[in-house]
Amino acid sequence: MTTLNLTRPATALPLLLFAGLAAVPFIAGALGQPFWTSFFARILIYAIAATALNLALGYGGLVSFGHALFLGLGSYAVALPAFHGVDSGWVHLALCLLVCGVGALAIGAISLRTSGMAFIMITLAFAQMGYFLLVSLKQYGGDDGLPVSATSRFGPLNLGSPLVLYGAAWGVLALATWWMARLRRAPFGMALRGARQNARRINAIGLQAQRLQLAAFVISGALCGVAGLLLANLNAFASPSSMAWTVSGELIVMVVLGGIGTVFGPLIGAVAFLGLEEVLKGMTEHWMAIFGPLIVLMALVGRHGIIGLLDRLGAWKRARAEVAPALSEGHA
Amino acid sequence: MMAALQTEGLVKRYGALLVTDHVSLDIRPGELHAVIGPNGAGKTTLINQLSGELQPNEGRVHFDGHDVSALSVDQRARAGLLRSYQITSIFEEFSVLENAVLAALAAKRHAWRFWRPMLDDSAARPAAQEAIAAAGLSAQAGVAAGELAYGQRRQLELAMALAAQPKFLLLDEPMAGMSVQESTAVTELLRGLKRRYTILLVEHDMDAVFSLADRITVLVYGRAMFTGTPDEIREHPEVRAVYLGEETV
Amino acid sequence: MSATLLLAQLLNGLQYGVLLFLLAAGLTLVFGIMSFVNLAHGSLYMLGAYAAAVAYAASGSFALAILAAMGTALLIGLALEVAIVSRLYRRDHLDHVLATFGLVMFFNELVRIVWGPQPLFVQVPDVLSGTVDIVGFSYPSYRFAIIGAGLLVAVGSHLLIHKTRVGMLIRAGAQNPQLVAALGVNIGLLNAMLFGVGAMLAGLAGAMAGPVLSVQSGMGEPVLITTLVVIVIGGIGSVSGALYAALIVGLVDTLGRVFLPLLLRQIAERSIADAAGPALASMSVYLLMALVLALRPQGLFPARRG
Repeated sequence: MTTLNLTRPATALPLLLFAGLAAVPFIAGALGQPFWTSFFARILIYAIAATALNLALGYGGLVSFGHALFLGLGSYAVALPAFHGVDSGWVHLALCLLVCGVGALAIGAISLRTSGMAFIMITLAFAQMGYFLLVSLKQYGGDDGLPVSATSRFGPLNLGSPLVLYGAAWGVLALATWWMARLRRAPFGMALRGARQNARRINAIGLQAQRLQLAAFVISGALCGVAGLLLANLNAFASPSSMAWTVSGELIVMVVLGGIGTVFGPLIGAVAFLGLEEVLKGMTEHWMAIFGPLIVLMALVGRHGIIGLLDRLGAWKRARAEVAPALSEGHA
Repeated sequence: MMAALQTEGLVKRYGALLVTDHVSLDIRPGELHAVIGPNGAGKTTLINQLSGELQPNEGRVHFDGHDVSALSVDQRARAGLLRSYQITSIFEEFSVLENAVLAALAAKRHAWRFWRPMLDDSAARPAAQEAIAAAGLSAQAGVAAGELAYGQRRQLELAMALAAQPKFLLLDEPMAGMSVQESTAVTELLRGLKRRYTILLVEHDMDAVFSLADRITVLVYGRAMFTGTPDEIREHPEVRAVYLGEETV
Repeated sequence: MSATLLLAQLLNGLQYGVLLFLLAAGLTLVFGIMSFVNLAHGSLYMLGAYAAAVAYAASGSFALAILAAMGTALLIGLALEVAIVSRLYRRDHLDHVLATFGLVMFFNELVRIVWGPQPLFVQVPDVLSGTVDIVGFSYPSYRFAIIGAGLLVAVGSHLLIHKTRVGMLIRAGAQNPQLVAALGVNIGLLNAMLFGVGAMLAGLAGAMAGPVLSVQSGMGEPVLITTLVVIVIGGIGSVSGALYAALIVGLVDTLGRVFLPLLLRQIAERSIADAAGPALASMSVYLLMALVLALRPQGLFPARRG
């Protein structure tokens, strides 16, 4: 059983954040500000997408610049059946997992034949392909997107209701995060992280680096698709713009900003990114002219992300705590 | 578990350069067979063809009674053909124990598990700890591989090959870069492995080679010039001329 | 299917291919030699287009506009290389992606701040506003000029790479970057020069594309992504590969968009053809890339052999 060290800021803060996020709908309801529920629901959804990407990117070392594709496919897995009158959430979910899983399998299998730069470019290209494909489907809205005429119904629960959606998003994120924590130390996760460090060695001990990476890519794509499914229900809308290449870039920024390869990094990254975006938007409509250079700075300065900072803060505090008594007694 | 390895006329060319020249090896189960030769003789290229990282232009590799020429690196590893690298190739972020348990996972077919911690694996962990002990690293089990001293890293190289349930060990210069003391320690380590595994040892350290080997093959310009017992090699005039020179061993 | 239509579309495909080549030539070398993933290449293309539009509107001389575009792109490219890119060569590809992504975001917003979100209109220069007669049919002179200019650059770059010392360094660098550095070549200068020339070509492409495509924020990225496809198909680090691949991609895309829907209508029911036709056409280039990767992952004309 993984023990949680609650004295570490890097663990305590995210858990507090989870608790706080759970309280949001109730606070928002009490204050009569439903906007906050959908605002934080969006953060939760992108945190799920970032968590999915973190598996491929952080654990697996696969720089996928096309994960927005799965967000889009997940959204359309709701909108298309709904367009044809099917509102069963189970159908939406099954379709979402199937399409995203198979899509990730195909794209991953082809992309993993290359590595490094080529992999990045190819995932970007495939996402763009998906974007153009959906835009060209005029009968399903094309460029304008497709309204979701019937949100996902799971028995008595309907994701069209803001509270249900929020609960579902929080639940999925919590479960996914927990699994990522377990997976990190589990055989598959360790083998995957080994493949990132030294693929040649992984093959030499009898595992198959490519197969591990492909499996991670498929799981990652499927989970990202689930985020897309939730997004479509949140917005009651599915749009090709959710698959724009810029969204893929933003997901990468979230993962790195939070702390690449860490368990809580994606959540922290999503909160920080979308929070900062909101703050900057409030200041100027040209917020991207500020955000862009900030991202450049982040890339230059080095990347252990916010979790990395919290880790160092925790280590510094511990070191101080050890030195302080000695100092107070005079020279150590 | 000990397996035999034979090669049949292995040839490897890089353009016009013949790096492996019709090499036919016959390594008997349980023996410690050393391959020596001057630098540039093509020893690492030969090992890479045995482990599967390089495809020969001609020739076949037989392992444990099967023709493995078409098998990939990981397939051969799962069949029991394990190697260690001349330039240390380990998982720097993981601890010594984690490195070894990971190596044991594949052999136990336990890699595709997604929930319980790898270190709790009741089959892989003991195998890993045994391998670590055999390699002399028990005291460093919790240390991150990236923080090990050079000699300890070489020991971990060895431990990983041992942890993966080998039938055959391909050791590529395990004593590379080591001090005399360290080499002596590793020599004794390897002596302890004899008769438990079949070992093909590529080494420059002649003290170790002549002390450990049952038979030695001398590789010169990609050709297996002579194979024999350490005494036979010592006395062979051509070998002395080409490789050992005036030195008495 | 008339011969004139086919010929016109062939030429359109060539013209698109040539633009792609201008972008791909510099970029493939940056990828191959410096191993740097430069997503901001599309921004240099965009800035070239804007510089040309502004210079043309101010001076009325298209030649000046082209020079302005190339100069602007060169300067900005060099500035980026010195200030940001050169610090990232030793880092992970992920860091390259992040940094250049931030740059793209910045430049797209910058042009929006200065010129607004509406596209700029650039007129085709008078001297090229007519048509040329090719084997009995008329083709727009301007597009023909683009093809000509592009082929000129192709010939020029071939001469540079295969007949000069610098070109030899470039070819060597594409095959074995570490060795070239170890030989004592001033790799910093070579890198900056390569990056600058690539930027200049991108600016040129942007200037020429102005009258044909729309000049607006974000115009660079769709073209950039197609350029990446070209590079992957051609082989990273290979300029000749970039040329052949660019022409192939240009032709496949243009001809595919025109003829795939027509073809589908012959063999399938109209409603299916109308739905699937445009979809398949837009995907054709990516399907080609997938095919090439499945069969020959190193590209069709790789720089490194063996």
